[in-house]
Amino acid sequence: MNFILKRIKPLLTVTIMASFLAGVVVWGGFNWGLEATNDENFCISCHEMKDNVFQEYKETVHYSNRTGVRATCPDCHVPKAWGPKMIRKIQASREVYHKILGTIDTPEKFEAERLHIATREWKRLKASDSLECRNCHDYESMDFVEQGQRAVAQHSVNIEQGKTCIDCHMGIAHQLPKGWEEGAKEAGLDRH
Amino acid sequence: MKTLFITLLMAFSSMLFAEESIDSLRGSHDLESMSQDATVKKMAKDGDPIERNYVQQPPLIPHSIKGYRVNLNANKCMSCHSWKNYKAAGATKISQTHFEDRDGNALAEVSSRRYFCQQCHVPQANAKPLVGNNFKPLSAISDK
Repeated sequence: MNFILKRIKPLLTVTIMASFLAGVVVWGGFNWGLEATNDENFCISCHEMKDNVFQEYKETVHYSNRTGVRATCPDCHVPKAWGPKMIRKIQASREVYHKILGTIDTPEKFEAERLHIATREWKRLKASDSLECRNCHDYESMDFVEQGQRAVAQHSVNIEQGKTCIDCHMGIAHQLPKGWEEGAKEAGLDRH
Repeated sequence: MKTLFITLLMAFSSMLFAEESIDSLRGSHDLESMSQDATVKKMAKDGDPIERNYVQQPPLIPHSIKGYRVNLNANKCMSCHSWKNYKAAGATKISQTHFEDRDGNALAEVSSRRYFCQQCHVPQANAKPLVGNNFKPLSAISDK
């Protein structure tokens, strides 16, 4: 018994060390790749994003504001937690497919698909109780005294009633598409 | 000869007025010194409706409208001020005069010539009038 153990011990050590190293490289590489696709520069590397939605976002408070805090594309469009992030990333691979097909490669094509695309995103945020908004905007941390009259009037009632951010705050980082009211209905948004 | 005369006159008059300042209703300004930069005005935050100063005045916007967009696809103002939404939002509803075309025909929707709210309705900043005046609203619409 001792004899066998003595023979395989160095082998075992090498194997463990090697798999540990391989694990670091593979997992690190995977994570690195994932993070590389989770970056604003990656998002706007295709003109579909850069020329349309990114230009609109640049005019909004999430891009430029008093304190200089910025929410970039993945802050709103990709969940932070690992599991949901993986699911979202796999779903987003269809965007590569449509990039190759050229589904929205002209402003006209984009406008034609825009309501559909926006409605999908509203549905996603409605289903997750506006998870990505709440990563930064937490009800619990809101000081109603500091808010404007209209914000207090709406927030103090509607949050109690179980409404979620996207119910009212749609079209804030990108412009609303034509027919947005129909899209909001389809996504199940409760605007009032 | 005539050209020379005019040139001389211009040169002479510019020498004469070089040190002058300009007087206007906004005060006197020295032409030689740099004018002062205007401070950036902050838009007023939410407030109660602002009284009108005269009968036909389009009501002023008593709240911030930063980021509110009015374009072909959407009109942010209407999400509170339309007849459909004003009650739930607790907002002032848009006037019936906005549902008429220029010939006075009644329309089912807001007239396209009334669509761009900010052509008439404007938000307020804490800016003092550049020139003082003693304008008072009519007693019929204000207690001021």
